[in-house]
Amino acid sequence: MEKKELKTPLLDELEKGPWPSFVREIKKSAEKNPMARDTLGQLERSYEDRISHWKHGGLVGVMGYGGGVIGRYSDLPEEFPEVAAFHTYRVNQPSGWFYTSEALRTICDIWEKHGSGLTNMHGSTGDIILLGSKTEALEPCFADLTEAGWDLGGSGSDVRTPSCCVGPARCEWACYDTLEACYDITQSYQDELHRPMFPYKYKFKFAGCPNDCVAAIARSDMSIIGTWKDAIQIDQEKVREYASDGVDIEAEVVDLCPTGCIAWDGQKITIDNSECVKCMHCINVMPKALAPGKERGATILIGAKAPIVGGALLSSVFVPFIEMKPPFEEIKELAEAIWDVWGEYGKNRERVGEFIQRVGLGNFLEEIGLEPVPEMIAHPRTNPYIFFDEELEEDEDEE
Amino acid sequence: MATFTHGNVSIEVDEDGFMVNPDEWNEEVARILATTEGVDELTDEHWKLVNYLREYYLQFGVAPMIRKLCKETGFNLKKVYELFPSGPAKGACKVAGLPKPTGCV
Repeated sequence: MEKKELKTPLLDELEKGPWPSFVREIKKSAEKNPMARDTLGQLERSYEDRISHWKHGGLVGVMGYGGGVIGRYSDLPEEFPEVAAFHTYRVNQPSGWFYTSEALRTICDIWEKHGSGLTNMHGSTGDIILLGSKTEALEPCFADLTEAGWDLGGSGSDVRTPSCCVGPARCEWACYDTLEACYDITQSYQDELHRPMFPYKYKFKFAGCPNDCVAAIARSDMSIIGTWKDAIQIDQEKVREYASDGVDIEAEVVDLCPTGCIAWDGQKITIDNSECVKCMHCINVMPKALAPGKERGATILIGAKAPIVGGALLSSVFVPFIEMKPPFEEIKELAEAIWDVWGEYGKNRERVGEFIQRVGLGNFLEEIGLEPVPEMIAHPRTNPYIFFDEELEEDEDEE
Repeated sequence: MATFTHGNVSIEVDEDGFMVNPDEWNEEVARILATTEGVDELTDEHWKLVNYLREYYLQFGVAPMIRKLCKETGFNLKKVYELFPSGPAKGACKVAGLPKPTGCV
């Protein structure tokens, strides 16, 4: 095909400035890959017309899997034939996104051979995103990926590719081995990951401490966030060093503690750990002096979703503290109990969090067989929906 | 839009190979569509699934949720993928002549 000069004045604007530019990167690929070239052409047209020229929807896949590939078609196939079909693969990333350079080279080689060569490292769920495959390339590319040890991730109404923070591999605050937990859950739920059968997506995210670097609480249906039971570890000598190095401990630590449970007398700090809500602020300000306690585990929270329809939801505490040891039986029992109830009564495209709002937390807990505990709600003494009264528990027994 | 031709059968399909006019569906069309989804022969079990999908669609105007499909046909999900290796939405619904299910990414 004759190569006309491609003019992209609107996109060129996005190359200005000192920061990285996706336009610059696509242009590099466009020199050797016609799919990348048509991607630029169509994008420029979309900017001119102020409307996306990708059609909504598309249903493609690979044999044996119901998820992992997302269909995408151009609505200008005659003008941009190389991107007439431009499907996306989601490839399951390794726990914590640790790669060898060899692994990255392998995946890029496979992708340059079969697709546009364009990648997105990483999608918001955490997967490696390979952008732009023609329909006939889907199976051969999948075969090469599998051969090299990669697998597809989740899409549609299935377990989405679990993801985790870097955990103990790089972070001293990790209260459990997020990498191990994420890998274990991924392996355990291969069926649920590849063959959608839920009302909607179900996301697991593993954060090692309450800093929650994977934003589990904001977007995962099951957020497993590291925490501790005992006292914050304090090195008073190091606290004094921070003070002499110019940290205003009163203003920057004590006054900012959300529950006011820290005191500083100029020589040492004291923490009333029974009031600590594990916000991590004091530890973040003085990482050399303070550390999470020694009795470590995780809190399981349920029901977050990012806002597409109906507003954002944060996940809520279901299990205040759990020891995180393989084979993570309690997590699996809870997940499977939730899938049973939500799978049976959930509406199409209803996330677990929305389902709980619809049926009520009390009813939901009863169905999944979990006892209510005060940690599940923000104001246990005033919440009118769940009664922690012993007499009422007796009533329940009569049913 | 494209036209899919096989022997003396010619049907209009969308870019994913789903029928544009579900009214044109018949058993011969189903057999031909099946070959595009890696199914060379439709057995009684295939027909049970296809007929269930078809009846559900004609009654309710949408495809059933997969859990319901499993429960009512008695096939577990593994079995459904054995019958239709490209899955219930892409494989079975296409063969049953349903319009493309609106999946979500």
